[in-house]
Amino acid sequence: MKYLDEYRDPQTAQLLLDEIRRITTRHWTLMEVCGGQTHSLLRHGIAAELEGTVELIHGPGCPVCVTDQAAIDFACQLAHREEIVLASFGDMLRVPGSHGSLLDAQATGAHIQIVYSPSDAVELARKHPETEFVFFAVGFETTAPATALAVKQAARYQLENFSLIVSHVRVQPAMESLVQAPDNRVQAFLAAGHVCTVMGYESYESFVNQYQLPVVVTGFEPLDLLDGILACVKQLEANEAMLENRYARTVQAAGNRAAQDLVQEIYQVCDRAWRGFGVIPKGGLELRPEWQQFDALLRFNKPEIPVIKRDECQSFEVMTGQIKPPECPHFGKHCTPESPLGAPMVSSEGACAAYYRYGVTTTP
Amino acid sequence: MSSNNNPASWQLNCSVSIPKNAEFVTLAHGEGGRLSRKLIQEHILASLNNEYLIALNDAAQLPKIEGPLALTTDSFVVSPLFFPGGDIGSLAVFGTVNDLTVSGAKPLWLTLSLILEEGFPLAILDRILESIARAAQETCIKIVAGDTKVVPRGAADGLFINTTGVGELITPIPSGPETLQVDDELIISGSIGRHGIAVLAAREELGLEPLPLSDCGSLLQSVERLQSGIGDQIRCMRDATRGGVAAVLHEWAEASELTLSIEERNVPVSPEVRGVCELLGLDPLHMANEGTMVIAVKPGAGAAAVEILKSIPETATAQQIGIVKSRGITPVTIRRTLGSEQPLDDPLGSPLPRIC
Repeated sequence: MKYLDEYRDPQTAQLLLDEIRRITTRHWTLMEVCGGQTHSLLRHGIAAELEGTVELIHGPGCPVCVTDQAAIDFACQLAHREEIVLASFGDMLRVPGSHGSLLDAQATGAHIQIVYSPSDAVELARKHPETEFVFFAVGFETTAPATALAVKQAARYQLENFSLIVSHVRVQPAMESLVQAPDNRVQAFLAAGHVCTVMGYESYESFVNQYQLPVVVTGFEPLDLLDGILACVKQLEANEAMLENRYARTVQAAGNRAAQDLVQEIYQVCDRAWRGFGVIPKGGLELRPEWQQFDALLRFNKPEIPVIKRDECQSFEVMTGQIKPPECPHFGKHCTPESPLGAPMVSSEGACAAYYRYGVTTTP
Repeated sequence: MSSNNNPASWQLNCSVSIPKNAEFVTLAHGEGGRLSRKLIQEHILASLNNEYLIALNDAAQLPKIEGPLALTTDSFVVSPLFFPGGDIGSLAVFGTVNDLTVSGAKPLWLTLSLILEEGFPLAILDRILESIARAAQETCIKIVAGDTKVVPRGAADGLFINTTGVGELITPIPSGPETLQVDDELIISGSIGRHGIAVLAAREELGLEPLPLSDCGSLLQSVERLQSGIGDQIRCMRDATRGGVAAVLHEWAEASELTLSIEERNVPVSPEVRGVCELLGLDPLHMANEGTMVIAVKPGAGAAAVEILKSIPETATAQQIGIVKSRGITPVTIRRTLGSEQPLDDPLGSPLPRIC
């Protein structure tokens, strides 16, 4: 497949693996931030190939995993109301809230519609003015521009039956909270290529300078990942901390200005509760006051539902790299994709799901 | 979302235009009186007439046959009713015929139950009945009995179809997945995931080009040729419908208590299906097929089976995809691009597209 197969070539992958092994003189710990990268590392067997050389720990980069339980509970509540259809991306549907997932809610009569873009939800609202459509706006900086566009579309059409549960989260504040933690093990970051496509990577300059950790912008295919890992290891071995872009075919230093402007116009930075993490300062986006007519939190009374914390799920330890999924005592026993204790086992980008799916049941 | 709260009802997501002044199914069409007879005479018999059906008896009287019988039943609920490469009518016939043929039976007779939603346009019903008639003719199966029910608006997604198929088992009958043995060879009859992706793309109006086409079709000719060519070498065959190839392999691994191991690079996947799966985070091995089967043959018979399948247009892209091994830790494994062997998971419910 054009633009894909050349980044999955086994011979080139082997050369890169050999080079990483050749230059590595000690154990290094890298964090890939994005859940898509975690899946690719496991699917292609890269993490196993590097065992004993480079340890890859898995970051919090799965927006579904870090969506606060209270937001899921609110979404389920709204979907149960007669006049409301909740529109959501597919991979939010299985994630458990306090009282079950959106799929569970659907089975008991809630109105849920899978959409493939926020604009689809706007179109539904246009076609069916008698129904309230609430879009569950989840995602990192990658999806925020699309939901911002949806808000503008809804405003242009003067829709009064469209609103959003805004649960957007921002990557860099989460990375900062990780490295500031006293038990931080991350020695270098593979930065998420998709996020950098939108946001650029200039903002990482100060991060690299402040924390003296290499940050390498990396793609998602096996050769992208191996190339990013090699770049990190080269820096670590040379005792350097620099910002590098190894995903130049997609990512520009400044990112996508038009998308950033759109996000800036509609949203403002806010503190946000991340599932497992607690509140991360500046960790989210919320609608600016001038767009708050589209905020489902304000439009509908949020019922007081006690959030039932599932303390047994060790998602925080997994998403901060303190443990690998198989080290969790529940992994594969009480916690499986069929009956997950937490979001990382059920989300399509969750680290626990990746380990389970690709059969990695032991840790190095 | 069920139809009664789905704003995009079956009428909106059906790609067939509904003529002005069209007649619609009413509850009276299902109540056994004059309108029921009119529906049967003017629509159903007009499309599906044959010597068994015309008798309109309570039960079809069928001739005696020599061999043992195979019996199968299936229900068809698909949205949209018309999708690229097929429709619910052809799907209902091919689906049941394929269930018979992969069991080693020659399809003979079919029953057809229609559950219609009040308000369903008769013009669309006629098109579906024509499609049923064409598919039945293509697969030499006769529709010998049927039933029609009408349910109130909102109680069904336009049209549900139930079929029951009867066939005559042809010797040698495949011995079944419980007889799989180490070194048996696994074959796929064509590129996978086409039906699941075609229906997804049509239902969600993904606007893809080229349009993914369903593989909805008959496996009859391919199975007949396999049976006449290497019949005694076949262990089992299964059309890989819901759950896709992965579900078939898991069922067989469970039945045989062995490990089934496939090579990712040998699994045929069309560029359209691969593209959509990459985009939405779906696995082609989990996507539904409606004219593609998995076959297990005795050691050494794989090449002959693939050669036979490749000589028939419907299965021209057949490939050997793996072998049966002694039982390891996991029941089904897949060797991926960079050489690592991993478990292939059993699909969990319907595949859900991912966020980014």
